[in-house]
Amino acid sequence: MSTIALNTSSAVGKAAAGNAEAPVRIAVRDLNFYYGDFRGLKDINLDFYDRQVTALIGPSGCGKSTLLRTFNRIYSLYPEQRADGEILLDGQNILSPSIDVNELRARVGMVFQKPTPFPMSIYDNIAFGIKLYERLPKSELDGRVEEALRKAALWDEAKDKLRQSGMSLSGGQQQRLCIARTIAQKPEVILLDEPTSALDPISTGKIEELIEQLRSEFTIVIVTHNMQQAARISQFTAFMYLGELVEFGPTTKMFMNPAKKQTQDYITGRFG
Amino acid sequence: MDTALQHQTSVGTTIAPAPWGRVRRSRHVADRALKIICTLFTVLGAFVLGWILLMLLVEGIGGLSPAVFTETTPGPGTQGGGIANAIVGSLIMTVLGIVVATPVGVLAGTYLAEYGKSSKLAEVIRFVNDILLAAPSILIGLFVYMLMVQPMGGYSGWAGGVALAIIAVPVIVRTTEDMLRLVPGSLREAGAALGAPMSTVIIKISWKAARAGMVTGVLLATARIAGETAPLLFTALNNNFWFNPNLMGGVANLPVMIYQFALSPYENWRELAWAGALIITMSILALSVVARLLLRKDKVR
Repeated sequence: MSTIALNTSSAVGKAAAGNAEAPVRIAVRDLNFYYGDFRGLKDINLDFYDRQVTALIGPSGCGKSTLLRTFNRIYSLYPEQRADGEILLDGQNILSPSIDVNELRARVGMVFQKPTPFPMSIYDNIAFGIKLYERLPKSELDGRVEEALRKAALWDEAKDKLRQSGMSLSGGQQQRLCIARTIAQKPEVILLDEPTSALDPISTGKIEELIEQLRSEFTIVIVTHNMQQAARISQFTAFMYLGELVEFGPTTKMFMNPAKKQTQDYITGRFG
Repeated sequence: MDTALQHQTSVGTTIAPAPWGRVRRSRHVADRALKIICTLFTVLGAFVLGWILLMLLVEGIGGLSPAVFTETTPGPGTQGGGIANAIVGSLIMTVLGIVVATPVGVLAGTYLAEYGKSSKLAEVIRFVNDILLAAPSILIGLFVYMLMVQPMGGYSGWAGGVALAIIAVPVIVRTTEDMLRLVPGSLREAGAALGAPMSTVIIKISWKAARAGMVTGVLLATARIAGETAPLLFTALNNNFWFNPNLMGGVANLPVMIYQFALSPYENWRELAWAGALIITMSILALSVVARLLLRKDKVR
């Protein structure tokens, strides 16, 4: 126990302390989620702060990915899944039927566990998302693609092969391409669903650095199985178990001095 | 020998017993027997195919000459002649069939894979499609005879094209659906997550990812209908002339020409039938090879 606790506590030191003064960007109120008859989320109430990284942690099947997938309503691709309650994005309830999900998804970007480059060139992968909502002249589009690749720390590796297939990149590069594709749309919120679990340690390090940089511009929610990663990169942490939110607080407090014994046990590796 | 044995015993404590040591002899024999039987029957199948191709080459090449590609089919009792009208007629009806079948098949396959998925309607369509896939092609010829030949007052290339299209549609539906199902769901989610409506996800992402497989399906359907005889017997028939520009009246075509000429008492007709058979087989072979290459190229990429 002591070694793990030591490791995480030293890692916590690196991430900036949580800023609870930041305005609330996403407010979840009494959220319930159903897979058919199965209730996957139970009365979740949770706030996500503007331009902070919030990590969702918990054992497999606890509902952290489910929660993440409600913020852009990607679950609605599957007719048997539904959510009720409220998710307020800048005060507007995104679960309301009057919301255009495609516009919502342009505001709330998502990066998945496995890299998902589209079967087209690196350039087109990024232009795809931009072109959905904006009509830009070629030169401006080129600029946006370059800007996105630079922000995703991929420009130096990709600038000479923009016309090559996105699938020709390595796994870590593909994941940064997916991040570039997401930020090219200039969203407000970025959802990351275990973005490094399919990557090697070096690529993981690069993505973590990238998340740290993106925090100045975007509100970030990340699902992770890696406790140390949560400690390294997040300002706030929410611990979930069996579809319920157990504890939420600044990452430093969650890892150094959690209020609940369950959180303590999970973080120190006693279960999960 | 002696040293080898010693070496064996020195490591013997750690290595597993010899692979066959603990297996009963009967199993060993059964294993070998199955392998031999499978190989034997594979060779038999390949041998028959090789024989057909060889016979076709030997008999067909003798009949090939420039006239085959330039002159029309000869009348009874006349010497020489070619099969140019049948080749062009077959091309026209095959293209007509595939042009009609491709949009129908691709869109229906897309419905099954993307929109319908596991709905009741999709299940019914899938079942009906499988029946159509196995339907005797002569029935389809008769159906189109009732549908088009009778009302239009005669045989036509149009009816032939439609009959071939009906054969091709279920093949294209099936391959399109199968290929789209191979596209990972995560790719569709990623498209949707960028705010792309479903139609954009299908056209720009799913179709693009499955493109090589779908094109292969269309090529294989083309190969399938290029050699179909029965549906043309009741629809396009066959004759010894160039077709009318409006495709009305019979249209000469290779499969029915082969059928009629091969049964004829005239030496030159039978030679032309062999030449036609060779041309059709080689075209189908070429199409299949192109289809294979397309798929392989896509995998490499």
